[in-house]
Amino acid sequence: MAITPPSERIWWKEPIHKVELIWVIVAFLWGLTMFFTMIWWHAFGQQNMSNEAYRIQPFQYAEKVDKMIAEHTVRQEGAFPVVKPPPGSDVYMMGRVYMWWPMLELEKGQTYRLHLSSIDLQHGFSLQPLNINIQVHPGYESVMTITPTSSGEFGVVCNEYCGLGHHTMTGRIYVVDRS
Amino acid sequence: MSIASTFRICPTTGLKVDRSAENLIKANAVVAVVFLLIGGLFGLSIALTRWPAVHLLPADWFYLALTAHGFDVLLAWIIFFEMAVLYFASAVLLNCRLAAPRWAWTQFGLMLVGALMANVAVLQGNSSVMFTSYPPLQASPWFYLGLILFAVGALIGCAVFFGTLVVAKDEKTYEGSVPLVTFGAVTAAIIAVFTLASGAIILIPTYLWSIGLISNIDPLMYKLVWWGMGHSSQQINVSAHVAVWYAIGAMVLGAKPISEKVSRMGFLMYILFLQLASAHHLLVEPGISSSWKIFNTSYAMYLAVLGSMIHGLTVPGAIEAAQRARGFNKGLFEWLRKAPWGNPAFSGMFMSLVMFGFLGGISGVVMGTEQINLIIHNTLYVPGHFHATVVAGTTLAFMAITYLLVPLIFRRHISFPGIARLQPYVFGIGIAGISLFMMGAGTLGVPRRHWDITFADALTSFQFSPAAFLMLALNGIAACMAAVGGAMYILVVVWSVFLGRRIGDTEKVQLGPATGSQAAAAVASYGNEGTLKIPGTVVLVGVFLVSFILYYYVNWKYVAELWPLK
Repeated sequence: MAITPPSERIWWKEPIHKVELIWVIVAFLWGLTMFFTMIWWHAFGQQNMSNEAYRIQPFQYAEKVDKMIAEHTVRQEGAFPVVKPPPGSDVYMMGRVYMWWPMLELEKGQTYRLHLSSIDLQHGFSLQPLNINIQVHPGYESVMTITPTSSGEFGVVCNEYCGLGHHTMTGRIYVVDRS
Repeated sequence: MSIASTFRICPTTGLKVDRSAENLIKANAVVAVVFLLIGGLFGLSIALTRWPAVHLLPADWFYLALTAHGFDVLLAWIIFFEMAVLYFASAVLLNCRLAAPRWAWTQFGLMLVGALMANVAVLQGNSSVMFTSYPPLQASPWFYLGLILFAVGALIGCAVFFGTLVVAKDEKTYEGSVPLVTFGAVTAAIIAVFTLASGAIILIPTYLWSIGLISNIDPLMYKLVWWGMGHSSQQINVSAHVAVWYAIGAMVLGAKPISEKVSRMGFLMYILFLQLASAHHLLVEPGISSSWKIFNTSYAMYLAVLGSMIHGLTVPGAIEAAQRARGFNKGLFEWLRKAPWGNPAFSGMFMSLVMFGFLGGISGVVMGTEQINLIIHNTLYVPGHFHATVVAGTTLAFMAITYLLVPLIFRRHISFPGIARLQPYVFGIGIAGISLFMMGAGTLGVPRRHWDITFADALTSFQFSPAAFLMLALNGIAACMAAVGGAMYILVVVWSVFLGRRIGDTEKVQLGPATGSQAAAAVASYGNEGTLKIPGTVVLVGVFLVSFILYYYVNWKYVAELWPLK
């Protein structure tokens, strides 16, 4: 039994049951398949996390964001400026307690370099209802190339706990059809 | 000191039981159950707050309860119980005295002080930093100090366990190799040492940071090392509850491993590869390369998953072989239909096995896929997954073995046998609901650790789909059911232990249909295709593999529909 020492002292020389052997091989091959699926997607898939990131002081990141807001704001919505940088350019979003700053307006089918960072705590960039979720750290600026393929109004919520106002931390990205 | 004064002979198993080991098992198990009660109540209050129609707690209490819930059930309940399992699998199963009982009491004392300190810090309201306490968010120094004391205590417990193995070997208290269950416990203890060392490496500087001696903790480094503790400690649970599955199969049905070699290989895979799991929490973090992520998140090509899939075959396979040897040979599944479903130890164990594999295992591998993690990271899917592994898997298995430990170690009959018979079903179905509905909500994008997904107080709003709210309501109902199951467990166990009918010193206990001498003889020798057929298990693992493959590629399809991103 499993609670007593093995009845055969030299248990490691016992033959393996055929069913066990087949299952071990099948499970191993399935593991390899899953492993190579991830690599395959890097070569042929469209959705992969970027490996581009930089260390940055929070105040430096805030300066970059302010510069973009100063140059490309198209309108104001409540407390938020709505910023529409030209297609192909660098767009910035900044996490801070408790908002995603600023609102962005992008064009459908165009490609942007999206920068994410935080100036205080860790936050979770969660783009809804698409359900794209990316962790945001203070001191690290991550950059990814993103191509909106659907238009409309998208909510950004925070899904990393960042204090008692965490559930009020939101933002927005608009995607408009090409003018 | 004579042998007679420190040992008693167990009339059921014939094992010599060291009294000090027995007392330590009792103390750790009782405290574990108390923390299960406290942590469970916090858990219920969280589910009722998430249920939009109830929305029980105010925001600050919600985040406080989440922090306390994580600590009390994920650490305190489980690790106290694991200390009991370690002492049982070493001293009791090996017929041996416990090495250094004073140090073992130090383990108990330190863990208790640490757990109380962390709880007080959280309840004071200035340490609602979640169980993970990611910097730069900062808790009170007492919170970190409590965690450190708790970890040091657990480390001492592991040392006593290893010491006991040495004593047993030295005093030749067993023949040949250690039993498979003890081997599983060794696996758990080895992983625990790695885990607790990771915890110390990151929590000590974090403690120094909280009292102002260190100016900065890098948040990414913290996460990498912290999850060396946080995730790997869940692998202690996996090893421990797999060992418990084997133990219950053996004690209730006389099941014997199909082959010792394969089962032990499965455990060895855990030791070699499970520590890579820290990567599961870093798949969408900045500054980490994809090759690092892919290698680590897959446990080096899924070798630790292979270990679990091995146990997924060998545990039910051993049970099937034992049942068939007792004559339940008709068709594919008579062995399963005529299993002792009225015995809570068996029903709890089998439900733990099925739910850990189908709900926890599959969801874990899927969400741990580098690209799929994009649609799952930090959504409610994550707690959905780990409630299937840690609650449906570990907690249910630990509850199940309690029904054997109470008569064997506490020497009391189980009180309210009718309630005990139903308990695993009520708790198990409740927890399956919790897992599934949280995973469902997460798939719809609902964030975890979030007080209000209506965003009533937010500057700008976002409207989740009505289905998401429905999922949260169903989650609340399932949590109530699980809470009833948990209350039934605590009622039965506490009543039995303190007020139950005593078992006489020479009285044998009937643990299951196979208790007694014929048990071990029932199953033929291993590795023998002729005497040992397990077609029912082959069908079960076939269904498992097909579900796994389908669900895996369905999620790839979801990923393929996202905006292109690179």
